[in-house]
Amino acid sequence: MPLPKPENLEVILATDCGSTTTKAILIEKVGNEYRQTFRGEAPTTVEEPAADVTVGVVNAITEVGELAGRTFIDDNGEIIRPRNGNIGCDLYISTSSAGGGLQMMVAGVVKQMTAASAKRAALGAGAIVMDVIACNDNRPAHEQIQRIRELRPDMILISGGTDGGTTMHVVQLAELIAPAKPRPRFGGQFQMPVIYAGNKDAAGLVKETLDDSVALSIVENIRPVLEQENLGPARDRIHDLFLEHVMAHAPGYEKLIKWADAPIMPTPAAVGNILQTIAEKQGINAVGVDIGGATTDMFSVFGGVFNRTVSANLGMSYSISNVCAEATFSSILRWVSIEMDEKDLRNRVKNKMIRPTTIPQTMESLIFEQAVAREALRLAYIQHKEFATTLKGVQQQRSVGDTFRQQASGQTLVDNMALDLIVGSGGVLSHAPQPQQTAAMMVDAFEPEGVTTLAKDSIFMMPHLGVLAQVHPQAAMEVFERDCLIYLGTCIAPKGIGKEGQLCLKYNIKSTSLTKSGELKFGELQLFLLPDGETAQLTLEPARRFDVGAGTGKPWSGKVRGGTVGLIFDGRGRPLQFPSDPKQARQRVQSWTDEMNLYDMKRVGQT
Amino acid sequence: MAKAYTPGLKVLPRLREKSRRILPITGEVLVVQGQQVGARDVVARSLMPGDVVPVNVANMMSISAGDVPDCLFKKEGDYIESGELIGRSKGIFGFFQSDFKSPATGTIESISAVTGQMIVRGAPLAVEVTAFLSGTIVEVIPGEGVVVEAIVSLIQGIFGIGGEAHGPLRMICEKPDQEMTEDLIQPEHKGCVLVGGSRMTGAAAKRAIAVGAAGIISGGMDDQDLKEILGYDLGVAVTGSERIGTTLILTEGFGSIAMAQRTFTLFKSREGAETAIDGTTQIRAGVVRPVIAIPWPEGSNETANAMMQPTPSVLEVGGHVRIIRDPYFGAIGNVTDLPHELQGLDSGSKARVLKVKVTDGTEVVVPRANVELIEG
Repeated sequence: MPLPKPENLEVILATDCGSTTTKAILIEKVGNEYRQTFRGEAPTTVEEPAADVTVGVVNAITEVGELAGRTFIDDNGEIIRPRNGNIGCDLYISTSSAGGGLQMMVAGVVKQMTAASAKRAALGAGAIVMDVIACNDNRPAHEQIQRIRELRPDMILISGGTDGGTTMHVVQLAELIAPAKPRPRFGGQFQMPVIYAGNKDAAGLVKETLDDSVALSIVENIRPVLEQENLGPARDRIHDLFLEHVMAHAPGYEKLIKWADAPIMPTPAAVGNILQTIAEKQGINAVGVDIGGATTDMFSVFGGVFNRTVSANLGMSYSISNVCAEATFSSILRWVSIEMDEKDLRNRVKNKMIRPTTIPQTMESLIFEQAVAREALRLAYIQHKEFATTLKGVQQQRSVGDTFRQQASGQTLVDNMALDLIVGSGGVLSHAPQPQQTAAMMVDAFEPEGVTTLAKDSIFMMPHLGVLAQVHPQAAMEVFERDCLIYLGTCIAPKGIGKEGQLCLKYNIKSTSLTKSGELKFGELQLFLLPDGETAQLTLEPARRFDVGAGTGKPWSGKVRGGTVGLIFDGRGRPLQFPSDPKQARQRVQSWTDEMNLYDMKRVGQT
Repeated sequence: MAKAYTPGLKVLPRLREKSRRILPITGEVLVVQGQQVGARDVVARSLMPGDVVPVNVANMMSISAGDVPDCLFKKEGDYIESGELIGRSKGIFGFFQSDFKSPATGTIESISAVTGQMIVRGAPLAVEVTAFLSGTIVEVIPGEGVVVEAIVSLIQGIFGIGGEAHGPLRMICEKPDQEMTEDLIQPEHKGCVLVGGSRMTGAAAKRAIAVGAAGIISGGMDDQDLKEILGYDLGVAVTGSERIGTTLILTEGFGSIAMAQRTFTLFKSREGAETAIDGTTQIRAGVVRPVIAIPWPEGSNETANAMMQPTPSVLEVGGHVRIIRDPYFGAIGNVTDLPHELQGLDSGSKARVLKVKVTDGTEVVVPRANVELIEG
């Protein structure tokens, strides 16, 4: 069925089929603008007894219909289109991460170069990368083969060699995969989809080496020359194979694919898509994070370059124990101002891991969980910074002028001073009882520098809008701005380190509801209420050795956005500094907690 | 009456349990429908392609990759043994030739003139599946495996370490709130499945492993002790492949927590019976919990009135629940009220709650997400 013209789209239904919940939203044209009006959810039904994803989709959409006073589902249990008055919708779209999402293995000749490009392509397409096989990954060949045998990915991406470069190493990779006889996760009788996106001269040899036990598709080289990445063709092929193989084998997806008016996207690919669209339209640098129970997805757009990473074992329930193991308890407890017993906490963490659906009942539990979230986000951001780099292996031409500022290739693209917007989503951020808790977790974990807007995704609508952006970018943008994001406010954090109590910054704030001048001292945190929808004219005069974006010691002025939290002036230093004395550190954390009005400490120990 | 669905762990004295025993790859089923099998009997077998050894012949013989096929006496498909002479370089005018002996035993799968590599595949590896439960084969899935049916007492644990094991059930604690300590474990417990009460100490777990117990089951244990036994801090609850020698199962959770009376009583009533346990735990979508299955002898009175798989339980007033999060973690009681409206918690969040009268008689309010049903 042809898509209606964008100007005729008035009622849009979108679903996101997650591992546990299917979320449906309704977007309607209200007056001249698109708004998200109703939402509904139902358990995802890919497993027995239903074993049909469309059952959950219909349930979630039925809930939306009941709330909206519309009928979307006909007597045959199908979505009604085209719309006729209050019956049916103009467009139906969907994303999916049910059944564990898209799981891939990638291979490349050099871990830091072609294998890294292959990983970027897979992550950008919304996949979880189970392993990266490279000729230089320090594992003997038999171990690599054994690993490929053990893994059951949905598909494999092989890259390697620039066009006209090595063929031998690329064939070596194929020689690892061929004898391993990898089996796909779904559909035991089907051939493993393998994408080859390496040196075009080696394509024939790779085809010869991989026998008929795999379904090989050959696309353009991911790294035709060292200086250039060409991820598009590989990503597109991944999406095609995702629909053809992975989705088609999941229960009920054949029907869902037919229902949808646009190709179904893996959920993270859709989130990345909307973030890229926003960054491009507004000309900003943005970071998005979705912290879940098992994994943390991190997205960034800096200078127009998009990157995504998945921290597979950093999460707040299934993986909470891993966060504690990686971060250590001392790092987590530095965010906590009340006395906690480590042995008891260790048991509590494991109990959360084995019963992941429980929620904090006491204030102490909440404080501890939010401390863990800070560390999970911090570690995930470190991993993201390490991955989101300029291309490695690129030769650089240097002039005499570069003598004192030589930069190696592979520098991180993530620049906290250039960062304009942080968007947080996922249970611990979206459902924190107080908005200032969400803001504090993001500021503490990401340590933004200069002036940065903070927002959260109200009801995890970014996946739906990501897929909508492909069909109707204007509608997606309007809903994103008006209904998806809840603006928390703006963080102003001078970069630099000083002595406690030393002047960091002088500020002047002017807005309809707030006029204030003052000073920020090193080690301090100050919060000013500036309601959502209001902007303030800000003038900042950083002290010597501090930078708020215009350069060290240079004044900055501009407009900043308010939100449900307001303006956070963060004088705690960048990198963030804690007093070395544990007692003092605890007092300092308590003063930050008080200033941000984070927790009602009267409730501590009440139950 | 208010009702709600909530997950729970099974504690069932008599259940008609069906266990699917499936090979990881297609193979041969060794039993027929209706056949009686013992827990340790092999019911299906398959041969997996053997391990692969890549041999870089070009490097080892110091020849170019293109010369490799001509320098080998063997071709693809030939069987070779470790140490066997399988190639000789051409040398210079016939001199300075070097011999090449195979570093591996197996069949040559491929010889590449591009990379100079030879792939040798070892002998096929046998994969066997046992019945796990003593019972009857009720279904044969050709080439894949079987379904074994048995009347069992079934208890689900909350967390375990180690895979399948079997042995006679031995109670080593007298009460569900008694700690399982080192001194309770004796050499004669070798091969047994030992049941404790509340926390098993780290020393007790180590002692059980040392005497060769098949399994140890208790209410709880400290995470610090688990870390010491495993030698690492467990990051995610995906277990079953650990090789510590003894399967370990917790019925309640981490910390000092008494085993539920009902669970303890059921264990006690089955003392001495041959028991099948599996510590495999996978806490992800499609949760797998550890199981303890104690078959009833065929033809006994207990098998006549065994219940079928219970339908998912509903949380309702009067239901028996366990509180699974602080501040009341481990408390057991009965639901007295399921208020519909969201209620404020001390954490500042709002959630749907329920009221539970715990065993000491006090009534507490907890979020619905923080209880689980004790089924059965």
